[in-house]
Amino acid sequence: MRRKQTQRLDSNKSILGIAYVFVGLFLCLLVYFGYFLQVRSQTVINNSYNARLDSFADRIVRGEILSSDGQVLAQTTVADDGSERRSYPFDSLFAHVVGYSDHGKTGLESLANFYLLSSHVNLVERTANELAGDKNIGDNVVTTLDVGLQKVASDALGDHRGAVVVIEPSTGKVLAMVSKPGFNPNTLAQDWDSLISGDNTKAQLLNRATQGLYPPGSTFKIVTMLAYIRQHPNTWQDFTFDCDGSYQVGDYKISCYHGEAHGHQDIRQAFANSCNGAFASMGLDFELGGVRTMANSLLFNSELPISIAYSKSSFVLAEDAGDWERLQTAIGQGETQMTPLHNAMITSAIANGGILMKPYLIDHVESAVGETVQKFLPASYGTLMNSAEADTLSALMRGVVTAGTGSAVRTDAYAVAGKTGSAEFETGKETHSWFTGFAPVDNPQIVVTVLVEESGSGGKVAAPIARKIFDEWFSR
Amino acid sequence: MTNVIIEVSKYVLIFLMAVYTYLNFSYFRFHDVWEQNRTCARQNVMMFFIHLIAYAILFLKSEDERVVLFYLAQLVFFTAYIGLYRLFYRNMSRILVNNMCMLLCVGFIMLTRLSFDKAIRQFLIVAVSALITWIIPFIMDRVWQLAKIPWIYGFIGLGLLVGVWIIGNNSFGAQLSVTIGGIAFQPSEFVKISFVFFVATMFYQDTDRRTIILTTAMAGAHVLVLVLSKDLGSALIFFITYLAMLFVATTDVLYLLGGLLGGCGASVLAYHLFAHVRTRVEAWRNPWADIDNRGYQITQSLFAIGTGGWFGMGLYQGMPYKIPVVEKDFIFSAISEELGGIFAMCVILICVGCFLQFVMISAKMQALFYKLIAFGLAVVYAVQVFLTIGGVTKFIPSTGVTLPFVSYGGSSVLSTFILFGVIQGLYILKKNDEEDEEE
Repeated sequence: MRRKQTQRLDSNKSILGIAYVFVGLFLCLLVYFGYFLQVRSQTVINNSYNARLDSFADRIVRGEILSSDGQVLAQTTVADDGSERRSYPFDSLFAHVVGYSDHGKTGLESLANFYLLSSHVNLVERTANELAGDKNIGDNVVTTLDVGLQKVASDALGDHRGAVVVIEPSTGKVLAMVSKPGFNPNTLAQDWDSLISGDNTKAQLLNRATQGLYPPGSTFKIVTMLAYIRQHPNTWQDFTFDCDGSYQVGDYKISCYHGEAHGHQDIRQAFANSCNGAFASMGLDFELGGVRTMANSLLFNSELPISIAYSKSSFVLAEDAGDWERLQTAIGQGETQMTPLHNAMITSAIANGGILMKPYLIDHVESAVGETVQKFLPASYGTLMNSAEADTLSALMRGVVTAGTGSAVRTDAYAVAGKTGSAEFETGKETHSWFTGFAPVDNPQIVVTVLVEESGSGGKVAAPIARKIFDEWFSR
Repeated sequence: MTNVIIEVSKYVLIFLMAVYTYLNFSYFRFHDVWEQNRTCARQNVMMFFIHLIAYAILFLKSEDERVVLFYLAQLVFFTAYIGLYRLFYRNMSRILVNNMCMLLCVGFIMLTRLSFDKAIRQFLIVAVSALITWIIPFIMDRVWQLAKIPWIYGFIGLGLLVGVWIIGNNSFGAQLSVTIGGIAFQPSEFVKISFVFFVATMFYQDTDRRTIILTTAMAGAHVLVLVLSKDLGSALIFFITYLAMLFVATTDVLYLLGGLLGGCGASVLAYHLFAHVRTRVEAWRNPWADIDNRGYQITQSLFAIGTGGWFGMGLYQGMPYKIPVVEKDFIFSAISEELGGIFAMCVILICVGCFLQFVMISAKMQALFYKLIAFGLAVVYAVQVFLTIGGVTKFIPSTGVTLPFVSYGGSSVLSTFILFGVIQGLYILKKNDEEDEEE
């Protein structure tokens, strides 16, 4: 009897113990559920697969998209008969980055869909509207975009196909994003069929800044340089190369741009003059695993920390890569492909002491009467390189402008650091022209990345376009 | 105008539900029968108001007169069930019956909104189940041979599972049900209960090494057949229930730790051996990567819950039908979307309240047999609720089990009625004993 009594007590202790565990599990579940509702849900539900958001439009007039200084980039006007029309006062200027909201949603129209279709005007007014059966006015989204820079960038690019990205490196704010050729979102409905037609080779709907994949050409020498520094931490400064215009390895030959012979080059000169032979020789020397890891940590083959549609850049250098692949990859040809945005992000990390700030487009959301609903703060993605490496690359890139291929952005008004690129993509065609850089070199305010398709050398085409953007910024 | 009514009623429903839930827990404080009865009566008031308001909205939105009739039929059912149960079993647990009715009520509301036909079917099943299981406490009071036939429970249960595994219908890649005479049965729902009886009778007889080995082998066989049938949720329920019961019967922590370690090992093994296990885990880790396909259901569920937010969209204002099989495994997401996150949290708390009631009854039972049964069923219930709600909120990988009393499905409803009936029977046994002692 006594034994039975104790056993029962013990059983009850076990029962309570297990009950506590379960209650604990349910508490975790409740906390997680609350966290999801309060914190996670906004990011989760703003997804094009969430059909629920569309039904919000039945009760809310879509809000406006504004530039950083409050100019209207997209607005909805309601006619007397209640019909709504979305219009874009700048026509094609912001076509890709602001996007469109009929025919599916792209750009900011997609990214900010949830905010545009939420209303935070006061409760009394909202209830009154509900009672009267009227729609409420959705919130406005204030972007980081700068109308002045966007205009200059777009004009400078002119009729070329290509893209421009301007980022503030210390915050990640995207100040301008241009892609050409563009389209007019105001006449999208009329133009739609011809835009998506199979005969159309211009791909106007593609946002080349974030989705266009191009061989990086000599702008990739920034990456090759970093790899070389990491693999030769004590001796990289002693690198020299004698350039006679082409570099012969076995049956393979790497030529400098237009076969120019650079003569005896130290590391700074080789970088400034963009000597293909010198960098190709570094490629022969690559420790493959380390280079791949580094490329991935610089966000090749990786998701980019940005919310609008983009393409993943690719870097391929297989374990059994032969000399040819090594030579080509080191000078940014080969199979490497990257987007202008990605190039701007790497440059931005260099300008910001190695730390990449996540690029973002929405500064804050405000109600129709101007009260801030939600503010977005700069957020760091992480350290892409240490600050010594960033300083080294920064100095080398300064050399490109003062004594190399980047003379187009050489000026006494401000000090630019940058890298040009002329990327071959098809024999017999002009090269894609690249420039990526930042200024002022001591205290970087903006990063500018320019890509011009099939137009010639980076120094002659892309760099002058960047120059106009820097001029605009520093004339203020 | 209707929009405004729905908007306002949303908050009223949440308020009533919160009060109901509060009463559910404040009940634990009272030892005085009169206070307990008063709490239960208040709960009834809350429930009937929730029921009335919700159906008023369902009618306003659907403008279907059948909704009114359906409401009246439910009203009669709830009143009769609550009233007659009390009349017949003087010593029954009122709060348990209240919670049953509340969960059923939430289920009816959501099902009516999702599919009127399914709601009607569900109601018929509920009515029949209520009638059949009415008798359980009566039987338990009189037939004490229940404790003597372990192998009957064991082999019937295992036989049913093996049967389903071999000839079962395939739904969503798992063998869960058999169709007999046009009606699909999901035997695992019932085997859960026979399994608890099996383990309880075995350990009631003895807890020596031989019995433990035999029982463990049998339990392992159950779990294995379920894993092979790809019914991972049920496999997990059986496994955890067995471990918990073994621990309580032997009070030996080593068994619990050993079992948990073994379970972890088995999970890793299953992950590498079975593609369907990997699929579930992948869909949980990153459903966004395969949003069109494997991640579709869970992401739609998260959209529903997230878009609904704390206060919900209001009945008929959301799109719960976008979630595949929303009326079964994902009903919780529909509740959260339209009635609100707070309301949904209350549903979780009511379930936790039921679990705690079960555990208290188990702790109070004198005989180890009854203690084990109450406890085993408590664990079955808790694991099931945790798996379904954790699954649809992406807290844990989705395992495809139903939310008892709320989800649509005949087997689920009937088996849950049996489960609550058995617990109710134990409660009544205990109360009757206490009364006898006092005399």
